[in-house]
Amino acid sequence: MTEAATATIPVPSDYKSNVKPVWCPGCGDFGVLNAMAKAMARLGLRPEELAVVSGIGCSSRIPAYTACYGFHGVHGRALPTGTGLKLARPDLTVIVTGGDGDGYSIGGNHFLHACRRNVDLTYIVMDNRVYGMTKGQPSPTTETHWTSKLAPLGTGINEFHPMAIALAAGANFVARGFTGDPNGLADIIVQAIETPGFSFIEVLSPCITFRPEQKDWKKTVRHGNLSSTADLALAARQIFSDDGMNLGVLYAGARPPYRPPIGRGRVAAADLAAEFRI
Amino acid sequence: MPHPTDIADNTSPGAAQRSSLSVALVGSGGAGVMTAGNILLEAAATAGYYALMTRSSGPQIRGGEAAAMIRIATHPVECMDDRFHVLAGVDWENVHRFAAEISLAPDGVIVGDPGRGEAPLVFSRSGAAFEPLPLARIAKEISGGRANMVLLGYLAALLGLPEDALRQATASLLGKRPAALEASLVALAAGREAAPAAARLVLEPALAGPAARWLVTGNEATGLGAIVGGVRFVAAYPITPATELLEWLSPALASVGGVLVQAEDELASINMIIGSSFGGVPALTATSGPGLALMTESLGLAVAAEIPLVVVDVMRVGPSTGIPTKSEQGDLNIALCGLHGDAPHLVLAPNGVADCLQTAQWAVALAEALQAPAIVLADQFLGQARAVVDSPRDPRLYGKRLCAAVGSKDYQRYELTADGVSAMAIPGTVGAAYTADGLEHSERGTPSSQAADHVAQLGKRRRKLELHDYGALWADIEGAGEFAVVTFGSSTGPVREALARLPGHIPPIRLVSLRLLAPLPRDRLSEALAGVHKLLVIEQNESGQLFHYLRGVADLPPESSSLRKPGGQQFNPGEIAQHLIEWSGT
Ligand SMILES: Cc1ncc(C[n+]2csc(CCOP(=O)(O)OP(=O)(O)O)c2C)c(N)n1
Ligand code: SF4
Repeated sequence: MTEAATATIPVPSDYKSNVKPVWCPGCGDFGVLNAMAKAMARLGLRPEELAVVSGIGCSSRIPAYTACYGFHGVHGRALPTGTGLKLARPDLTVIVTGGDGDGYSIGGNHFLHACRRNVDLTYIVMDNRVYGMTKGQPSPTTETHWTSKLAPLGTGINEFHPMAIALAAGANFVARGFTGDPNGLADIIVQAIETPGFSFIEVLSPCITFRPEQKDWKKTVRHGNLSSTADLALAARQIFSDDGMNLGVLYAGARPPYRPPIGRGRVAAADLAAEFRI
Repeated sequence: MPHPTDIADNTSPGAAQRSSLSVALVGSGGAGVMTAGNILLEAAATAGYYALMTRSSGPQIRGGEAAAMIRIATHPVECMDDRFHVLAGVDWENVHRFAAEISLAPDGVIVGDPGRGEAPLVFSRSGAAFEPLPLARIAKEISGGRANMVLLGYLAALLGLPEDALRQATASLLGKRPAALEASLVALAAGREAAPAAARLVLEPALAGPAARWLVTGNEATGLGAIVGGVRFVAAYPITPATELLEWLSPALASVGGVLVQAEDELASINMIIGSSFGGVPALTATSGPGLALMTESLGLAVAAEIPLVVVDVMRVGPSTGIPTKSEQGDLNIALCGLHGDAPHLVLAPNGVADCLQTAQWAVALAEALQAPAIVLADQFLGQARAVVDSPRDPRLYGKRLCAAVGSKDYQRYELTADGVSAMAIPGTVGAAYTADGLEHSERGTPSSQAADHVAQLGKRRRKLELHDYGALWADIEGAGEFAVVTFGSSTGPVREALARLPGHIPPIRLVSLRLLAPLPRDRLSEALAGVHKLLVIEQNESGQLFHYLRGVADLPPESSSLRKPGGQQFNPGEIAQHLIEWSGT
């Protein structure tokens, strides 16, 4: 953004690059890109103060489509990359993005520890309950009976419950959004960024190519059906009686974020040698 | 470098004074072997000697038998001697386990409490004389007296270490506990009194005072080099023998305004430092072989996205969990060739305890200048050895990155420049936002599957490493002649000492100790080996990893062979000297 542009009120298009997305027309991930841009504009953050970090997958292509600093890393490691960036550069607003395979399968351990560590990050998972990029294999959130070439009889494994896990592992903000409602999603993203600590947003983001039935999500989601609480026990009860289609903020807590001091040294590096001198 | 006249192990038996003496202090857990060893080391330092201490312990997690192995000399030492002159036991419980590490000189002595029985046969059959010392009885007569301190007082007298130096070292290590200190000083004096008046094994007087010397471990030196070089962010997962490096770094980084994060695993460590470095804060992780193996995918990312970073691999015996507490130079292959795709990166190796500082600092400087990952191959021996060394001079190498300026016109992160290095925009820089990518990309950073972009970027990434002027640090080159030895890392110490023992016995031999292993400066190596007819590559592993690497990428003389030693035990100078005599004579 130029100096002149910063003087004016930011608009969502200021946060989008001119790189053309590789996504299939109608892919839910477009909605996430739009909602992110809306949220950024609403917060009035400058693109260069924002960093969008991702792993690998269709959804993970999102950083290059923003006008922010972006990092498109390896499969499953977006959270550590975002964590390192935020700890080294607390002045930046860091948003970590990716898919359900990226975040819950190959990167599952990092998900647990990012929640536990509670660094001031916003983590947006575009959950389509499938591996889109590798063309249609089941992911940890895929329904037991969904059949595919790799699992012709279904997985026979129960689905992972990301919001319950985020809650149990210590995330400070837990919410669910839907790409069919970019304004509602933008509201949630704004709240997530504004809440200190680790904010987790599960976004129902249909893969119209490998899960065309997800087009029906627009009929089955229930807007505003989750009620935000700072009471963990209430949030837990709510999420365990949820069918995955309720939208809104589930939990906004006040756990202190992990924020080790950086840039506040009292000693010159060369003086560290003193302890070794005989 | 060892004193050229040092042929420590060849000192004639019975000689009045020696330029190098080696002592092994052993005992069961809780016997205070390490405390005594550390005091002896510091006393030697205070008295103006050079010294080196390594330690070994039984397989128990805590409280097992322990050995402190200390070499004291009038000249710098970078390895243990062939044999030990003194074996001193607080007790002998399970200490036969150290037999492979402690070979006693026939004219050596074994000191121990006769009340604790005899020293294990594996030691006594060396011919070393037994000197009885009633440790328990003497210690009992002192209120709060401990056997390890009595033994230490005796040992210091035996070696001819000045009493003052010993008292000073004891005060410096135990000063925080006045009661323990007082009892220790009495015990030291009692031990000294019990020592024979005319000792057989006495050190030559130290040549100079302790001015301008350091007492440091390789791990600490590595940490210091990294921080001085500019590292301010470290993420790592604990692993022997790199853990002490992390434990030193944690408070040190905090004091200079940096931060150390304990990651959930090595996959997280490497990606956290990638994140930090992308953010403009120079970053490092330290690990050992198993951790390096986990990091290799993301090292490829750092190559492709051109992220400067340093990975220190404190090598231990592999593969798999191997022998975590022992040293081997077995990770050279994975460090050089473990990345997928064509992935040029830097591989460096420190060749001494003090050199860990310079090499780590250089690694940071190179990584930052070349926007590439650097792997530093230290090892358990270098990392955990505590040594008295000449104060390392500051190589004045600091991380300096070419950064994009605010408002760069038409900024292209991966621009194809002549030297391959392109300006990196640090997040926050107005007008230069880009996405760093492990996907192949155009100059602008836009993902591309075009062969032309791939070929151009591959060339850029190779070029920047190949065109860089690495100066004289790439290797230590010593001596001349038609014979040459090439080595690296901790094998350099024993090779140097072997060569120093041999003048006059064999034809002159050149030494090339490689500090920069990748990219290998081939032209400089050819120059260094000009006129050499016969080459020997020496390394501490089974398969000859350096030998095969050099054969693959460099022009070696036709008569090139390899000396290898697996097993977790560093070479000693004597076995190398023996091999060199045979090798150069045929
Ligand atoms: C180490 C590694 N293993 C496997 C792959 C192949 N791979 C690429 S994307 C992907 C899954 C992506 O699924 P998801 O994270 O759900 O994202 P989506 O494409 O559905 O948005 C896999 C397995 C890879 N790139 N790297
Ligand atoms: S495959 Fe599915 S997730 Fe990937 S771009 Fe197409 S619709 Fe989106």
